[in-house]
Amino acid sequence: MIELVSRERCVKCDMCVRVCPTHVFDRGADGVPVIARREDCQTCYMCEAYCPADALYVGPYADRLDHPDEGELAAKGLLGSWRKTIGWGPGRTKLAAIDTTPFIDRILPR
Amino acid sequence: MKRREGVRLTADVLVVGGGPAGAWAAWSAASQGAKVVLAEKGYLGSSGATAPGGTNLLYLPPDPALRDEAVRKRVRDSGYLAEPDWIHRVLDQVYENLQLVESWGYPFRRDENGTPMRDHLQGPEYMRLMRRVVRRAGVTILDQSPALELLADAHGVGGARGIFRLDGSAWEVRAGAVVIATGGCAFLSNGLGCNVLTGDGYLMAAELGAEMSGMEFTRYYAPCSAFGTVTRSRLLNWATFTTEDGTVLKGGRRSELLPLLLSQGRPVYAVLDKADTEEKRNMLRHSHAIFFLPFDRAGIDPFRQRFPLTLRYEGTVRGTGGIRIVDENCATTVGGLFAAGDAATRERVTGGISGGGAFNAAWAICSGTWAGRAAARYALSLGNRTATRALRPAGRSGLAAGAEAPPELDLAELVSAIQREVLPLSINYFRSEAGLERSLERLNALWPLVHRRVPDTVRGRVRAREAAAMLATARWMYTAALARRETRGMHTLAEYPAEDPAQRHRLLVSGLDRIRVRTDPVRGNGLYEEAPAAGREAVP
Repeated sequence: MIELVSRERCVKCDMCVRVCPTHVFDRGADGVPVIARREDCQTCYMCEAYCPADALYVGPYADRLDHPDEGELAAKGLLGSWRKTIGWGPGRTKLAAIDTTPFIDRILPR
Repeated sequence: MKRREGVRLTADVLVVGGGPAGAWAAWSAASQGAKVVLAEKGYLGSSGATAPGGTNLLYLPPDPALRDEAVRKRVRDSGYLAEPDWIHRVLDQVYENLQLVESWGYPFRRDENGTPMRDHLQGPEYMRLMRRVVRRAGVTILDQSPALELLADAHGVGGARGIFRLDGSAWEVRAGAVVIATGGCAFLSNGLGCNVLTGDGYLMAAELGAEMSGMEFTRYYAPCSAFGTVTRSRLLNWATFTTEDGTVLKGGRRSELLPLLLSQGRPVYAVLDKADTEEKRNMLRHSHAIFFLPFDRAGIDPFRQRFPLTLRYEGTVRGTGGIRIVDENCATTVGGLFAAGDAATRERVTGGISGGGAFNAAWAICSGTWAGRAAARYALSLGNRTATRALRPAGRSGLAAGAEAPPELDLAELVSAIQREVLPLSINYFRSEAGLERSLERLNALWPLVHRRVPDTVRGRVRAREAAAMLATARWMYTAALARRETRGMHTLAEYPAEDPAQRHRLLVSGLDRIRVRTDPVRGNGLYEEAPAAGREAVP
C-alpha cells in the first residue's frame, strides 16, 4: 500500500493524483498530494513509476502498513527504485529494451 | 458535495475504458476519420491489468503449418468452444499490430539472428506508448472519468454519462456508437492492477439488454505471495512448492494440491530455487521485474527464502466470459454498442479455458482494432443525427439519490457480502451444484439492496455502480455455472465430473432482476473434431 508522500521531494506536479487508477490521492491545500483514500490503494506501483521526483513509496504489503522512515528509504535507494528499474527518467535504459522474457524459456528447469 | 458545471461533448465514437483494448479501439476508430472520445475511470497509461507488469503475447510468424498446428491445439484444449477462423484472425491481426507497435517506438528485443521477439510487452512502457499514439490520433481523453451509465433511445446506444473524480463534476458524451472496453471483473481481490476491474461495462451493457456469454468459465485463481499483489506467476515455473513441513508438491504451480491445501487453511510455500545460477537469476530479474519488487522491499530473497503463497481470484479477467459479441466486428445485440478486450467474451479464441496473458493480450489488441473500426463506420453512417436524438439514461441500479430515496446503502458491507460468495476456493474453485445453489440464493437476496440510496460522495457514487456490477456479474457466473451440468474447460461441477458431448454449446445469460439462460450453438470447429477427451480427473 502507499506509505508516504515525501513533502521534501514533491514538486507539486499533480501527476500521482492524475495517474492513480484507484483515485487514492487528493491535491492538498499547499499543492502536496494527500493520501485521502489509502484503503483503495491496489499496490500496483504505477504512481511511483510516474512520479518525476521519486517522492512516493509504495510498501510491499497488500493490506498493511510498515510505517517506514523516509530517511532510511532514501538511504537504501528505495525512493524511486521502481522508476529506475523500468528505466524511466533521463539517461536511463528502458527495461523494455533489455527485456529478457523472450529468452527465459531457454532456461526452464527440466 | 459540491457539484461543478460538467462537460458535454459530442463525438462519433465513445470508448469507455482506457486499458489496451480501449486504447486500440480509440486509435482504430480515429484512424477511420471518426471523432473519438475515450473515458477512463483511472488514467490511460496506468489503469487496468496490463499496465503495471509484463504481458505475454500470442505471436506466431505467418507460417501456415506453424499456425495451423497452434490453432488445432487451442481448439482441442478449449473444450471445442473456440473457433479456428477466429484464432487465425487474431494471429493475423496481432502480428500486424505488433509491427505497428514497434514502428511507434517500442524497443522489442531481437534474437541472435536479428529476428524481432515480439511476444512480450512491458506494461508501463506499452501503455505509455499507447497513450501517446491515441493522443496523436486526435482522440480526446477523459482521465479519472468513470462512466456511470449509458444513454440510449429506441435505436440503441447514444453515449454515456459519468463523473469526473477529481472535482465531482458531471460529464456527458453523445456518440453514434459506443465501444465498451472496461475490462473484466475481479471483485476487488487485489490482483495486480485489477481492482479497477469491477464489471462496470457488463452492467451498463446488460441494462440495454446485451447478453453475457461464457460466464461459467470463471474459475481461475492466480498464485501470488500471500502478502503482496503481484499475480504475474510465470516465474513460479522456477519455484519449488512445499507444505509447512517441507513436503514438496509435485506439479508445481498447477498442482491441484495448491488450492486444496489453501482452502483448508494449510499454508503452501514457494522458493525460486530452480534459478540456480547468478546468470539465471539475473535473467529472471530482467524479465518480470515487478515480481521481485515486493520481495526486495519486504527483505525476502525469493531465490533462497521460501515465502507463503495465496491464490487471488481473477473472475472474468483470466476467466473467459463477458459481453456476447455477434459478429466479427465485435458488435453486440444492442444497436451501436460494441465490446472489446476482457469486457467481451473471449470464448471464440479461448473457448472454456483461460486466455492467460497471451491470448487475452492479443485479443485486446485485435478486438479493440475491430470494434473501433466498426464503431467508426457505424457512427459515420448515421450522419448528423447524433445531436438530435432523444436519449435517456439507461442506468437502473446503484444510482438512487435524493431525500425521498430509500435508506442508504452500506457499500462496504455489500462488497464484503459479494466477496464472501465469490472469493472462497471452497465455493468457487471446488464448485458443486449444492454449494453454488446456496451461494446464488444468497447473492440473489442481495440484489434489492442496489436500489437503496447511494452515498452522496464521488467515491460512493462510483463504488455503488461497481458494487451493482460485481453483484450482477457474480449472479450471472453462478447461474451459468449451474446450467452447465458437466466439467468442460476450466468449469467443473463435483456432481458432473466428465465432459458431456451434448453440451458443446455456449451459455448465454441476460437480465438483472431476473436472469435468463439459453444455449447458443458453436460453429466452425468441426474440421478439428477428434475423439472426445476422456473424462477429466475429478477435483480431489
